[in-house]
Amino acid sequence: MAEMVFQRTKGLQDRPFHYCPGCTHGIIHRLVAEALVELDVLDKAIGVAPVGCSVFAYDYFNCDMQEAAHGRAPAVATGIKRVHPDKVVFSYQGDGDLASIGTAEIVHAAMRGEKITTIFVNNAIYGMTGGQMAPTTLVGQKATTSPFGRDKDHAGSPIRISEMLATLDGPAYIERVTVTTPAHVRKAKRAIKKAFQTQIEGKGFTMVEVLSTCPTNWGLTPVEALRWLEENMIPYYPLGVYKAPEEVK
Amino acid sequence: MAKVRGKVTFKEHLCKGCELCTTVCPVDIVKMAKDRINTKGYHPATVDEMEKCIACGNCATICPDTVIQVERLRDND
Amino acid sequence: MAKVLMKGNEAIGAAAIKAGCKFFFGYPITPQSELPEYMAREMPKAGATFLQAESEVAAINMVYGAAGAGARVMTSSSSPGISLKQEGISYIAGAELPCVIVNIIRGGPGLGGIQPAQSDYFQATKGGGHGDYKMVVLAPASVQELTDLMMEGFDIADQYRNPVMIIGDGMLGQMMEPVELREPKKRDLKPKDWATTGTGGRGHTNVINSLFIDPAECEKHNLKLKAKFDEMEKNEKKYEIFNCENPDIIAVAYGTTARIVKTVIDKCKEEGINVGLIRPISLWPFPYEVFEEYADKTKAFLSVEMSMGQMVEDVKLGVNGKKPVHFYGRTGGMVPVPDDIIAEIKNILGGAK
Repeated sequence: MAEMVFQRTKGLQDRPFHYCPGCTHGIIHRLVAEALVELDVLDKAIGVAPVGCSVFAYDYFNCDMQEAAHGRAPAVATGIKRVHPDKVVFSYQGDGDLASIGTAEIVHAAMRGEKITTIFVNNAIYGMTGGQMAPTTLVGQKATTSPFGRDKDHAGSPIRISEMLATLDGPAYIERVTVTTPAHVRKAKRAIKKAFQTQIEGKGFTMVEVLSTCPTNWGLTPVEALRWLEENMIPYYPLGVYKAPEEVK
Repeated sequence: MAKVRGKVTFKEHLCKGCELCTTVCPVDIVKMAKDRINTKGYHPATVDEMEKCIACGNCATICPDTVIQVERLRDND
Repeated sequence: MAKVLMKGNEAIGAAAIKAGCKFFFGYPITPQSELPEYMAREMPKAGATFLQAESEVAAINMVYGAAGAGARVMTSSSSPGISLKQEGISYIAGAELPCVIVNIIRGGPGLGGIQPAQSDYFQATKGGGHGDYKMVVLAPASVQELTDLMMEGFDIADQYRNPVMIIGDGMLGQMMEPVELREPKKRDLKPKDWATTGTGGRGHTNVINSLFIDPAECEKHNLKLKAKFDEMEKNEKKYEIFNCENPDIIAVAYGTTARIVKTVIDKCKEEGINVGLIRPISLWPFPYEVFEEYADKTKAFLSVEMSMGQMVEDVKLGVNGKKPVHFYGRTGGMVPVPDDIIAEIKNILGGAK
């Protein structure tokens, strides 16, 4: 008899992803879905989709979903969680959505200690709109609106969201992870599960920032993109726990 | 002592040829099938030397499109 | 229930709570801050939730989330804040969500002033947000009417799964008048089985969304919305006809301006001038056909507004060229005085004679 080691989770709808080859959205969606199933909260989950490559997330997660305006997902999630405090509410956002247009919304949801979980997909670029500079684009990194490389004097240095939100009292758990190797993927999954678990325990705002690739707009193959992330993004965005639930009184 | 053996199955029509799986196999048996293309036009990932598979699940873990299913086989399989 | 003296801004809150509004998301802005303050005090007593959002943008998006989750929810603001909400309102209409939005209008454009105005008529009735959508827009002229329309507004929103806007101004918000909270006439409201409440037991997922990336699907959705708006147009017109038997001229005014016009009517009677009033209560759907009907009975129309002339365009559409349509307005927070309106009427009628 064979024993199943890995099969597609029922937390995802039976629908192929539209994402580019090698795009880490596919991995991250799966981890979120698996976490909800393993915590047995899939039928209590309500997710909020962003604007960005993952705008169709409402077609992939096998739970109730709301599509939000660009950047507004934490406010939408706040509305949902205040109406249904017993449900597991999450937002799934990219770096344009969360770190640019939606910075006020994420900061204030975190400040209020809104009991939601935010999955922040940071790939240092704007994917869906064709590769423009993001607030998370590295100094020197080329993007279509920073064609000569991001200039620190002109456009500033990139924003470290996990560190920034960790200065607030509202967050109960913030961790930055990545998905460039199977070991990292397994660690990212544990972080996502912990974030949902911390929400279920009512401790406060939780976020997992996932350093991700965008092979298409970085102009690299999917495999090269993983290595570029490890060499360039991890030094600037160190992996690790920035707020631990054990610290929350 | 019995060796762990695995069986991986690929839903070839979902594969986008990203090759991430080929970089994480500890026994280096995951390859892109150069002799065929799927409906999307990619060479799908595949395993030819299944007897070497140890059911670690790394390939399925890194695959963004849940192309791969992994089973662990008992000795008499 | 005995009548209670209530301040407009607070009466809005009392009516909302009585109507079963369970969530208020808002932000302070003059001249409506007393409303969030009232809600902050009173909602917890009623087992309801008040939350001050970080901005009007955040507030309207919290409304979206709560409405999508099946709750009875509202927000309020004043002109510049309502501008901030336009994106959210478009999304709420596109995703077919019910909610009530209150605009206590102040002078504009830009930061403008804090005194009463009616210069958001276009914003409320002709879009404001992007895309093809409509909202029922109601303009009360007394605190009693304000509470009546607030309570009915939630039912209208639920019936059509669409946002409803209640328009006031600083006068209405600040004045105190006797109020009796009364139930609106019953509507057949369907259960919100489309809401995101978690799939548990339901067997399928619910999605709240306004994205239709396939143009054919997007058009189909727009046609579906249009059918709803046509129903609203058919069913939700409200207006008052006052003193319109044999009027020399018909004034058109809404909200507190209509009350000033009623004073004008009394004063003009003393001078033998018969002024009628058509008071639209629903600014959308606008009662165009009433104007066409009354055009035969008078010499001219005078739209009186606290703006540079916005509703006058709809009056002209309604009158459809049959009679001249004039405009008199004050803006920036200046309130029209009866004597100035009377002078304008005499000027018009002097020319017409």
